[in-house]
Amino acid sequence: MADTAAVAGPRGPKPTKKFSRRNIFLYGTLIVIALYYLLPLYVMVVTSLKGMPEIRIGNIFSPPVEITFEPWVKAWSEACTGLNCDGLSRGFGNSFRILIPSVVLSIAIASVNGYALANWRFKGANVFFTILIFGAFIPYQVMIYPIVIILREMGLYTKLGGLVLVHSVFGMPILTLLFRNYFTSVPEELFKAARVDGAGFWGIYFRIMLPMSLPIFVVAIILQVTGIWNDFLFGVIYTKPENYPMTVQLNNIVNSVQGVKEYNVNMAATLLTGLVPLIVYFVSGKLFVRGIAAGAVKG
Amino acid sequence: MENPSVSIKNLDLNFGSVKVLKDLNLDIGEGEFLVLLGASGCGKSTLLNCIAGLLDISDGQIFIKDKNVTWEQPSERGIGMVFQSYALYPQMTVKGNLTFGLKNAKMPKAEIEQRVARAAEILQIEPLLHRKPAALSGGQRQRVAIGRALVRDVDVFLFDEPLSNLDAKLRADLRVELKLLHQRLNNTMIYVTHDQVEAMTLADRIAIMKDGLIQQLASPNEIYNRPVNKYVADFIGSPAMNFFEGNVIGTTFTCTDAKIDLKGYAFANSGKPGGEAWLGIRPEHVTVGGGNGFSADINVDLVEPMGSDTLVWTTVAGQPFRLRMDGQARVAIGDKMTIGFDPAQVSLFDKHSEERM
Repeated sequence: MADTAAVAGPRGPKPTKKFSRRNIFLYGTLIVIALYYLLPLYVMVVTSLKGMPEIRIGNIFSPPVEITFEPWVKAWSEACTGLNCDGLSRGFGNSFRILIPSVVLSIAIASVNGYALANWRFKGANVFFTILIFGAFIPYQVMIYPIVIILREMGLYTKLGGLVLVHSVFGMPILTLLFRNYFTSVPEELFKAARVDGAGFWGIYFRIMLPMSLPIFVVAIILQVTGIWNDFLFGVIYTKPENYPMTVQLNNIVNSVQGVKEYNVNMAATLLTGLVPLIVYFVSGKLFVRGIAAGAVKG
Repeated sequence: MENPSVSIKNLDLNFGSVKVLKDLNLDIGEGEFLVLLGASGCGKSTLLNCIAGLLDISDGQIFIKDKNVTWEQPSERGIGMVFQSYALYPQMTVKGNLTFGLKNAKMPKAEIEQRVARAAEILQIEPLLHRKPAALSGGQRQRVAIGRALVRDVDVFLFDEPLSNLDAKLRADLRVELKLLHQRLNNTMIYVTHDQVEAMTLADRIAIMKDGLIQQLASPNEIYNRPVNKYVADFIGSPAMNFFEGNVIGTTFTCTDAKIDLKGYAFANSGKPGGEAWLGIRPEHVTVGGGNGFSADINVDLVEPMGSDTLVWTTVAGQPFRLRMDGQARVAIGDKMTIGFDPAQVSLFDKHSEERM
């Protein structure tokens, strides 16, 4: 029988020191950087909850003495942009009316594109793909004026529909690439098995590929929602004041030169505008990381 | 062959300028178990994909049950296919996987139920029907994959290295199950593998492929005993055949320091036996204690005990030489012994054409 008596020396799991120099350095750095990034947000929240007299005292880091939601209400429903004085609510509505169809349309088309490029190697697929990817590298500035003309000829200039079209088209290269790479990572045999089982182009897309690709759809939705929501350039060029998205309206509120600068209202308006992307990130952060990782590892 | 189940006529397949399959002809009989065997890249899986209709061929015709299916969709060819990676639809239950093809074919519900029940009974997967593939073991997954072909009630089963992803023990078990399944269903089965044990045990006939050509199409026994060329002889058999380079003059084989009388060897052609040649002898045909045609004294260089038998490495005529001995034999490195073999069991190949002599 083997000798089971304990012998002096290391045994079992190796002990770890919680407050090692390495840990203190690592977490210290992380905390400092986190504070650095959180500080502006803190200032914005605090300022938006103060009244103007308190702001004039000038201490931007101090918490509000008297919390007021007046600036938020004003930013939402009373702030003036040009002649209209109905606040950001109109821009919020516009942004949503631009966002929803753009996201749905661009993702629907791009996912089918990516699926076709990845699984149905049709003639000229490579040429088509190259052209599409090339599109991602053309600077926006080059296309601004031609698109104005195209939209005008189509009768969509200054209309919400026109902006939806522009967003869908500009989202196409990167989204198609995203979906193509994801679908390429789906084992080819799965696709073959489905063909033997008699499923066609749409059958395979809807019944096999779609249910398998939730993570990549979440990634695409997040990319598109934040991208389109934060867009300023296209919004200001291709629409008119009644149809301005929220970002353009925010700019007009913050940059208005008449009267007193209402910092609290500006901060509240900015926070309101940033709320949608912020919520999207918080809700879907985990799925986002998973989708990105899935694409990266298997792609 | 009369009424072949699958018939391939003058099949060509090119990927760009690369010719993968070249003017390939193959007839597979009704209820036959045909194994396509070859090293990676020999075109065996490509051929299977062509039969399935998953690849567009460049030239030639494919018939299944006397019907020209060259332009048909995979689902219309009367085939079922089982893949190496199982290729189960991950988001569907086992039952969903089995019924997917039937639903696509718009089959009545009652018949779907009946077929699923039968397949589940044959493959003993009834308790698994409501699980997702992720919750199955490798062997269970492969059984479901076979079931997916089974429910479609097809004429021809196509297997693309179905056991290669399984561990050794499970592979041996499923191999037996596959053979039993074939005996029970008696369908035509075409089976692609690079594993010669699977090929030898399962096949009615084996087609050995190399560079897009069928080298030999024959029964396992024929291929093992009378390989048509050196490639086949070298490929089949583990450990591989021993080869000697030499000359055939009349009925004598001469190499560096040995003369072997070929009395009893059945020459393939009555033509002109003679000239430079390879002589091949399988390790299991070598006997200890001298043979009736050839014998040599050897030193043992290396011993690989495998339980059921023992593989001994030695040197004969300046070349490494393997011989298989009984598993109970006590052999040590440096041992001296006399070995021999019967010339009737050797294979002779022409030095240049590498064809059997």
